Amino acid sequence: MNVHTSQSRTPAETALIDAFSERVGDLPGNADVAVARDTALEALKIQGLPSRRIESWHYTDIRTQLRSVAPFDAAAGSQPIAPLIAGSTVAAVSNGATISAGQVDGVTFEKLSEKLADGTFAPALATRSTDDLIGQINAAYVTDGWHVDIAEGAELETPLELQNLQKSGQSHVRFPVRVGKGAKATIIERQYGGEGEAFSSSISQLTVADGAEIVWIILRQHGDTSVQFCQFNAWLGKDAKLTLFVVNAGGKLVRQEVHVLAKGEGSDFQLRGINLLGGESHTDVTMTVGHLVENTTSTEIVRNVVTGRARGVFQGMIRVAKIAQKTDARMACNSLLLSDDAEFDAKPELEIFADDVACGHGATVTEIDQDHLFYLMARGIPEKEARGLLVKAFVAEIIEELEDEPLVEALEAILEDWLSAHG
Amino acid sequence: MLEIKNLHARIAEDGTEIIRGLNLTVKAGEVAAIMGPNGSGKSTLSYILAGREDYEVTEGDILYNGESILDLDPAERAAKGIFLAFQYPMEIPGVATMEFLKVAMNEQRKARGEEELKIPEFMKRVKDAAGLLSMDMGMLKRPLNVGFSGGEKKRAEILQMKLLEPKLCVLDETDSGLDIDALKIVSEGVNALRSPDRAIVVITHYQRLLDYIVPDSVHVLYKGRVIKSGDKTLARQLEENGYAEIIGEAA
Repeated sequence: MNVHTSQSRTPAETALIDAFSERVGDLPGNADVAVARDTALEALKIQGLPSRRIESWHYTDIRTQLRSVAPFDAAAGSQPIAPLIAGSTVAAVSNGATISAGQVDGVTFEKLSEKLADGTFAPALATRSTDDLIGQINAAYVTDGWHVDIAEGAELETPLELQNLQKSGQSHVRFPVRVGKGAKATIIERQYGGEGEAFSSSISQLTVADGAEIVWIILRQHGDTSVQFCQFNAWLGKDAKLTLFVVNAGGKLVRQEVHVLAKGEGSDFQLRGINLLGGESHTDVTMTVGHLVENTTSTEIVRNVVTGRARGVFQGMIRVAKIAQKTDARMACNSLLLSDDAEFDAKPELEIFADDVACGHGATVTEIDQDHLFYLMARGIPEKEARGLLVKAFVAEIIEELEDEPLVEALEAILEDWLSAHG
Repeated sequence: MLEIKNLHARIAEDGTEIIRGLNLTVKAGEVAAIMGPNGSGKSTLSYILAGREDYEVTEGDILYNGESILDLDPAERAAKGIFLAFQYPMEIPGVATMEFLKVAMNEQRKARGEEELKIPEFMKRVKDAAGLLSMDMGMLKRPLNVGFSGGEKKRAEILQMKLLEPKLCVLDETDSGLDIDALKIVSEGVNALRSPDRAIVVITHYQRLLDYIVPDSVHVLYKGRVIKSGDKTLARQLEENGYAEIIGEAA
């Protein structure tokens, strides 16, 4: 007789935990890395998959929603894909292993597997907190990734594209990126795959030194059989500027966490999120931004288009430390629901300990404006195309802010592809 | 070209009957003015012609070139050549005016089995039409109608009408919100579209517009019916004596 308690393991938990003993012999790393992996796995064993009772996972109950975990599949590798922007320098990872990296002045690519093997990366495997499921899974299983160094003062003329390709099977990778003082670059993190059942985790760790300016695009194009857990961590130095675009256009169960710390005075963080959600998918963007010193700014704007039976979540937390006076932080989450069964949950939060700040947040949920639709149709634009124009209008505003023509065009093309498949 | 027969229509949401047995015939080449006091059903009629779903036709029919259009959606009607110049054109943030014009023109061409316009030809047509209406091309770079003044919006409507080359033009209170100079420009734009194969229905509250767009026929709408029809002198008579007299006659 089986006795089930609330602590009984789900099949997904069993799969995640049991695989470790089979995999551990092949995972790169010295003794320090091995300890970090064991620690992470132990935390996962104790915590289990988070359910809605864990606050940070309240709207994304992994315990219920993660029914199975795609097994590792050595044959799931693939070749690099064409970059989003022609001429980009591509560094690709496929099925958990580095496969290629281009060359460009001012940028050094190193394999993460080597930094695991020699132990230099061990301290960076520490998890964020006890509810850091993504950190736990990834630290336990991470195999490879590209470690990127952008030299002080380097100004890259073409984007760097970091590709993480997972057509099926399972993988866990990281992209640590260090940006030297005063450097400027556009980095595209391409999460691509999910033709078959896939399970993957990917963590980016970005350090932006004083005065550097980074535009980082996370573009997720996954099929509807793909589960992906991703985390983006960034630390901003003095007068550093980070603009992060998160574009979700696929995946069955997706959690993208964004954690940014404004550690240097005068630093600025801009988050723009575009969630294009259809089918039966569940997509969660969870963000925390910490303003730790005086005179830092951030603006977060998330636009969601939800159709079919899809469900989306945005949790945004702005934390302002006691000494972080003159912080200016704004957050907005706007959702456009295109079907009766579509759902979006927004949970903006402010945690402010300083007394001289300007902070605010807002969330709206709308449907297609019938007056606008009638106007467009009255000019001969068929309903499907007219709806498409209005949906595009809803998110194009955000995309156009990039003021980078090839990038704007590429993202608008992604949007149009999505609309023609889901409109 | 347009035959409205014993039309009855109500607001779909609450069932309020607005059009109550309306009859009207407009021939190709004709400019027909529809006048009437507030609440007589003028704007409702224009929306029903364009196919707005908020209204339900309960009786009667609307024939366009001999065929009923009641089952066609707004886009299908537009592709067949019916154009409504809105009293209050919508501001649509995020939709670029030029892209909107291009999509509208090409979708209509597609529906009629014509080839899409090439970009240079499209640009030329827009520039020519904008020039005739004294419109600045810079305005057309903005999102559709966003930040346009009342007069600019009305000009933009006539610009669209010119570019889409409809066969039946319905102008709903195109004169409202226009100063005299804008009124002249807009009227010239409309007059330039007068042709033997095109009918124009001008809906207006005041006689003023009809000094510039001289109608062939004038119809007085009251409580959802045409209570009197005549030539342009009827409009003059209304201006002088108000609606009371005619309403009294009809009652």
